[in-house]
Amino acid sequence: MNTDLSLRAFKKGAWNKNIDPADFVKNNITPYEGGASFLQGPSKKTLSVWGAAKVALNEERINNGCRSINTEVISNITAFGPGYIKKDDEVIVGLQTELPLMRAMKPFGGIKLVQAAVEERGLTVSERVVDIFNYARNHNQAVFDAYDSEIRAYRSNHVLTGLPDNYARGRIIGDFRRMALYGANVLIEAKKFDYANVSGELTEHKVRLREELSSQINALKDMIVMAKGYGIDITGPAETAQEAIQWTYIAYLAAIKEQDGAAMSLGNVSSFFDIYIERDLEAGIITEEEAQEMVDQFVMKLRLVRHLRPGTYDEIFGGDPTWVTESIGGQFHDGRTKVTKTSFRFLQTLYNLGPAPEPNLTVLWSNDLPEEFKSFCAQVSIDTSSLQYENDDVMRCVRGSDDYGIACCVSYQPIGKRIQHFGARANIPKALLLSLNEGREEEKGTQIINGIPAVPEGVLSYDLVLQQFKYALSELARVYAKSMFVIHYMHDKYYYERAQMAVIDTDPGIDIAYGAAGISIIADSLSAIKYARVTPVRNSKGLTTDFNIEGDFPKYGNDDDRVDNIAKEITSFFIGELRKHQTYKNATPTLSLLTITSNVMYGKNTGATPDGRKAGESFAPGANPMHGRDCTGAIASLNSVSKLSYEDAQDGISNTFSMIPKSLGSTKEEQVENLVATLNGYFGHGAHHLNVNVLKRETLMDAYNHPEQYPQLTIRVSGYAVNFVRLSKAHQLEVIARTFHESM
Amino acid sequence: MGLYFPLQDTEQDTLNIQHPNDLRIHSLETFGTHDGPGVRMVIFVQGCQFRCLYCQNVDTLDVNGGTMVSIDELVTRAINQKDYFGHKGGVTVSGGEPLLQRSKLITFFKKLHENGINTCLDSNGRLLDNDVKELLHHTDLILLDVKHIDDDWHHKLCGVSNKPTLKVAEYCESVNQKMWLRYVLVPGWNDQPEFVERWARQFTGYKNVDRVEILPYHQLGMHKWRMMGLPYQLTDVTTPSSEIKERVLHTFQKYFADVRLK
Repeated sequence: MNTDLSLRAFKKGAWNKNIDPADFVKNNITPYEGGASFLQGPSKKTLSVWGAAKVALNEERINNGCRSINTEVISNITAFGPGYIKKDDEVIVGLQTELPLMRAMKPFGGIKLVQAAVEERGLTVSERVVDIFNYARNHNQAVFDAYDSEIRAYRSNHVLTGLPDNYARGRIIGDFRRMALYGANVLIEAKKFDYANVSGELTEHKVRLREELSSQINALKDMIVMAKGYGIDITGPAETAQEAIQWTYIAYLAAIKEQDGAAMSLGNVSSFFDIYIERDLEAGIITEEEAQEMVDQFVMKLRLVRHLRPGTYDEIFGGDPTWVTESIGGQFHDGRTKVTKTSFRFLQTLYNLGPAPEPNLTVLWSNDLPEEFKSFCAQVSIDTSSLQYENDDVMRCVRGSDDYGIACCVSYQPIGKRIQHFGARANIPKALLLSLNEGREEEKGTQIINGIPAVPEGVLSYDLVLQQFKYALSELARVYAKSMFVIHYMHDKYYYERAQMAVIDTDPGIDIAYGAAGISIIADSLSAIKYARVTPVRNSKGLTTDFNIEGDFPKYGNDDDRVDNIAKEITSFFIGELRKHQTYKNATPTLSLLTITSNVMYGKNTGATPDGRKAGESFAPGANPMHGRDCTGAIASLNSVSKLSYEDAQDGISNTFSMIPKSLGSTKEEQVENLVATLNGYFGHGAHHLNVNVLKRETLMDAYNHPEQYPQLTIRVSGYAVNFVRLSKAHQLEVIARTFHESM
Repeated sequence: MGLYFPLQDTEQDTLNIQHPNDLRIHSLETFGTHDGPGVRMVIFVQGCQFRCLYCQNVDTLDVNGGTMVSIDELVTRAINQKDYFGHKGGVTVSGGEPLLQRSKLITFFKKLHENGINTCLDSNGRLLDNDVKELLHHTDLILLDVKHIDDDWHHKLCGVSNKPTLKVAEYCESVNQKMWLRYVLVPGWNDQPEFVERWARQFTGYKNVDRVEILPYHQLGMHKWRMMGLPYQLTDVTTPSSEIKERVLHTFQKYFADVRLK
């Protein structure tokens, strides 16, 4: 620690009495209303380190997406010695293993999956590690020990899919800022204090909490050891900006060394860093170029985060995402903006290092954001297609915190105060088909739900279908809730996130994040049944194989209330049903309309639907309208999605919006203006989330054919960004087929 | 030549008068960024008497085609979109030729103004009567397409005279109606240096002209002609070379402050 620096003292507040980085930020932030002209390009050191990283990234790409795997060591916070990319030029240090992009084994989520991933690469897991799991238990094994036959049936018939029962759940965001603000010793003391206070007559809850707190304290001690390997002493608070970024990164690094949850998100660190950067700039101990250098190099580390994944994983989470989601911008409850110069500096990394999918940069959009910042975001979107936007005004008001981050794709999470349990998603078009097939799965005929009568022959009756579908949804909700209870109980027991939880308040509130896929198919299917004449076509077993549709019907995506309200009603009904059931640790149910890239896989596993979608055809991603059915232009499409109520889907409503540059306006200036107007309009209508892609379809086709020429081509998919060329060919084609708004 | 169906003079009168509460429209684009300033809802109305050889919306010509949509529904849609319009955007009526439904558009534009929505007409200036004058009174901006300055060439290119168009332009100038002039640049048809020069001189003194837009000819509308079984006569005409575009741009820039090559 630099003790000889004459840095001004920070403004004091509640943060001096309690662990409370949000209060520190509120008291010390310098909101920035100006433009982007102060930004600097990459420094020499940054170019040097990034040059070396790009070589490694290229090797990874050539080697089929995996540079190397360590098959000897079970990774945890202190596993592996220090790793560097180009040591002399690195201003922020730390890698998950000793080598860049080397993937490590984290088998407590499921040893089988680790073995599969390793063997797919022609390697074998060391005998020692395999043998350990002849004695130790893991999450995957324990979950299946506790599953009942109903859950298994829903799961194997693709009604419940992508469940985190054979991989780690992720989505728990640590308040990594705490390490910088307080140092490890203070955090340990605070946890010890909490531990001592869990006393009196014991309950299961208290015993579990004491065990959790002990493991958190050990995690903090391990972080000290890990940092020491890099020659860094994190026991006390950070003083300088470099230290603040480095300390924060050490805490995050601890989390990603030990956990390989689907989404390992970062939170909202940029404006926290800004406070230290401003102070250093003021004291003259760094220049703007050095400030940018630290941010660039920090972001570079986040771009190199890797987990070991088997091929099957790619179906649900295509393109090897890590969801290092960083939330930028937004407003405080008191009306001030959270935008700082470092918000700009984070976005600037997309120019200095080129476009990239990670970290998953998420702009918290408020109508009141500074105009210059809005324009800069729009410009970055147009240039890089690497940003997503979420409605700060809605989340702040409905959920209550003004110090939150986004977990994974779209999910609100107050930093350090509350966590979420990830619930993957249910395939609701499948539930619709169950309701039309006496509760039998439409392809194989397996009985899944009992008590659903056969629908009368001939044209479907809307009222009857709606009634039976709602019954199917209520059954689905019941079984879904059970599966989540088992999964999170076991995850806590066998693969507890001690590193993240060590920098989160003790015993925080929990959201259980359920999900639903296929809302646009449901809306259009029910609309077809209501407004056209739909007759099922059945095979010899009486199972639906297709639907004859006579007449036209309103389609979701055209700002038509007749169908948009159906989407709204079903969403509201489903969360209502989910709320009726018990949850592990009394978590509060929330719902997302999100698919990640599993919309392709869902489509493959779902028979023809009454909207005219053929068997096997992809679902639309998230809450998007189905491809080509939104035929009155982008705003009508956005308006339809914006009608879905955030109150009903507080885990997020994902929408991916793709534009060709020219349709956004003829000049860059017009494009920026029009995109800002579009975002203001969309979020002004209470919509929750928007991925923005500004790309030509031809570019994607060319990248499909010549991937080697597009190593950094980034596009937004459902709730995250990917390197286009790292998606499977099937996913690439699905993206290309998607509606591009290209009116001219 | 080029007149593949009659001008439908009688029908066009009916179009303006019958069903006063409905517009006959071809289609709707809710995210228009090329027909007027900002983000706009663009309504492509049905029916046009010009027979431009390069027409890119040939399916909007028939005054009996399209669908009737109530003005109130369009107003509601526009209100639902208002948040997206920002400071500059609004509603544009394009086509087809909007002036053929001028009386109904007066009602429509009045309602839009009552709701604080900017109005824009994208027209070829087919006619000028009292209704058109009143409509212009409720129009914030007119995008006027003057397709050729020479009447003979205009006839050849569009099947009708340019006199009404020039009258509409003059009228707009006289009442200081804010206007953007548009010029679809078709090689071999209206890129002749003397005509380009004459076109520019015609309007250079107009104080109401804020902008001139050059729209280079393209063949993106050709497939629609085929679909309708109509012979497309400009098959051999290519999109203007950058040399032609630059030349016309420079000519116009001598006469107008703000010229955009789209």
